[in-house]
Amino acid sequence: MNTWLIQGGHVIDPANHWDDEADIWIQEGVIKKVGKHLKISTDKVIEAKNKLVVPGLVDMHVHLREPGFEYKETIKTGTQAAVAGGVTSVACMPNTNPPIDDQAIVHFIHHKASEEGFCHVYPIGCISKQRQGQEMAEIGELKKAGVVALSDDGSPVMNSELMRRVMEYAREQDLTIIDHCEDLHLSNEGVIYEGSTSLRLGLRGIPAISETIMVSRNILLAEMTGARFHVAHLSTAGSVELVRQAKRKGLAVTAETAPHYWTLSDQFIKTYNTHFKMKPPLGSEADVAAIRKGIQDGVIDCLATDHAPHASTEKQCEFELAAFGIVGLETLFPLTYTHLVEPQVISLSKAIEMLTINPAKVLGISKGTLSEGAEADVTIFDIKTSQKVDVSQFKSKGRNSPFNGWELRGWPMITMVQGHIRYQHPQFHIKGYQL
Amino acid sequence: MIWKSKDLLSIEELSKNEIETILETAVSFKSVSERTVKKVPTLRGKTVVLFFQEPSTRTRTSFELASKRLSADNLTIQSSASSLTKGETLLDTMKTLESMKIDALVIRHSCSGIPHLLAQSMQASVINAGDGFHEHPTQALLDLLTVRENHPHLDQLTITFVGDILHSRVVRSNIYAFKKMGARIRVCGPPTLLPKDFEKWGVEVFYHLDAALQGTDVIYVLRLQLERQKKNLFPTLREYSQLYGITSDRLLKANSGAIVLHPGPMNRGIEISSGVADGSAARIDDQVSNGVAIRMAVLYLLLGENPERRTP
Ligand SMILES: [Zn+2]
Ligand SMILES: [Zn+2]
Repeated sequence: MNTWLIQGGHVIDPANHWDDEADIWIQEGVIKKVGKHLKISTDKVIEAKNKLVVPGLVDMHVHLREPGFEYKETIKTGTQAAVAGGVTSVACMPNTNPPIDDQAIVHFIHHKASEEGFCHVYPIGCISKQRQGQEMAEIGELKKAGVVALSDDGSPVMNSELMRRVMEYAREQDLTIIDHCEDLHLSNEGVIYEGSTSLRLGLRGIPAISETIMVSRNILLAEMTGARFHVAHLSTAGSVELVRQAKRKGLAVTAETAPHYWTLSDQFIKTYNTHFKMKPPLGSEADVAAIRKGIQDGVIDCLATDHAPHASTEKQCEFELAAFGIVGLETLFPLTYTHLVEPQVISLSKAIEMLTINPAKVLGISKGTLSEGAEADVTIFDIKTSQKVDVSQFKSKGRNSPFNGWELRGWPMITMVQGHIRYQHPQFHIKGYQL
Repeated sequence: MIWKSKDLLSIEELSKNEIETILETAVSFKSVSERTVKKVPTLRGKTVVLFFQEPSTRTRTSFELASKRLSADNLTIQSSASSLTKGETLLDTMKTLESMKIDALVIRHSCSGIPHLLAQSMQASVINAGDGFHEHPTQALLDLLTVRENHPHLDQLTITFVGDILHSRVVRSNIYAFKKMGARIRVCGPPTLLPKDFEKWGVEVFYHLDAALQGTDVIYVLRLQLERQKKNLFPTLREYSQLYGITSDRLLKANSGAIVLHPGPMNRGIEISSGVADGSAARIDDQVSNGVAIRMAVLYLLLGENPERRTP
């Protein structure tokens, strides 16, 4: 029988209000019990004293690139990167080729993930056919095939009428609309946010309002239609404020932000390092402060990576021509722990909540808990030992990280998916067990 | 002083001392261009490649002449933006050049930051001949030299740049250059082409030309890229020239004896009237001749024998 006992760790399971030392008993891939000093006879024991034990993280914004861009990443390498980052469930964005706008692609991804994947994969379906922003995709069929949300991520839905109709339609399919909020007329050919850095480097600027204006439109449409609207990769102070107001009104509006928006500002773009080029771009110091405040106040619900792997040639080139986006799966928790928890922006348990149960709720998946009977997705972190980010060790095909060389704490030691160890840190040992 | 850096990428990274060294060296090279035999053997055996991805007759010929007068071998590559997108990346092209053992690469490119990218990966000296909207260092140096010939005390003058400030690499380099020399700097243009954020650079921002010209010793007229009109940055060329064109009447608003510079090529009748361009205040021809001297100085300082220069 496949039985594990994770012993003596500091267990945080926000969904069940657990934040204390405990043992976790896992049998046949399912959580049997969480409690103090469990007496279970098994030789498969993981000694977790002084370690943090939490539900496997849920990253609701990942680009796995397959099908179509396998040279950047595959379902196999992307999910391997996920477990190396302590993530056990990813929601993958539909800007693949072909895009996830019909059932066949959803089935393909499910199939590939079950054959080669290291963790759970939840496809997000397109809002519009071919992500063209013109005609509604087959939302009902996508739902039947198992998509967990809708998004044209990468291509903002500029047509407000389409967004209205999709929101009305999706409401009755019980699907959340995740929009990449960007007014394409305002962002135009810009590559970083407009401000002193864009002026200094002579790079075309994007006004920050290009995000805010679309967040505003979408909130108004969500209010009108009663749909659930989720802001992808929120990056500006203005958007934080709008989401705050929407929540006060009681609207079904949620938001996520990514590690680079709470750790980096446009001031980091000193030269022309394309690892600082992403969309939305890095905000001002004031934007970063507002995002940290939004995380603290609960205005921002989820922490997600927007993991966007690219081939090195797509980054080693002219800044203006370089691809937008950075990888994030393997640095998600260390950047959360070192830059949000240690400086006391949020508590450790709040951070875990924003990385587990909150995104699971937005997507409507039963993940992100250690409840009895739940699939045993568990991650063990070491929050004491510092380690440098080393992109050459990444499991992802993408090496496009601005964090290479950063000294961080909060590295995963063990990542368990359905009771199977899918990642083990080279320095973490389990008596009598080798992955 | 001993010149230490391998590349010339921007004015931002130069010290006042370094700027003065370049200007002094240029002054000494000016006489070469006035001889009957306009050539010195200083850079014999060195190879200078001029890579121009954007057309620019003026800057390219200026660099060509400068390197020829220093007896360097030179090779000009004109490449359109489109020919670079056929699979071969810019870095590939440069690696090819590097294998041919060149000593310097003079690069003009429409993307900001390209000289930085190349300088990091090349042994050869990289000289920025204009990158995107970022910088055009030799232009600013030749402008400094030209202005200094008229006003020896740069720290006592007011210079006003007029036109499309936002998209101008010439302005960026010039702001750094004149600021380091202590001049008072004004910028003036339509609000769509002049973000208020420029105030953070320690320059005065004006949207009305007459006010900007009052008390000005040097008027620096920028070339207007005519296609900006299509992007809703100003309504018509007619209106632009009415509001921001430098005419003989406008010139009277500036200090008496004010001089006018333009980096060329000019749109006569738009940003500058022919009366001003050909008039006594214009120093546009001096800019051109000083350009050769400045580029000789830069090539000499970067490539000349100098045991102390750090090799990368
Ligand atoms: Zn996006
Ligand atoms: Zn994305």
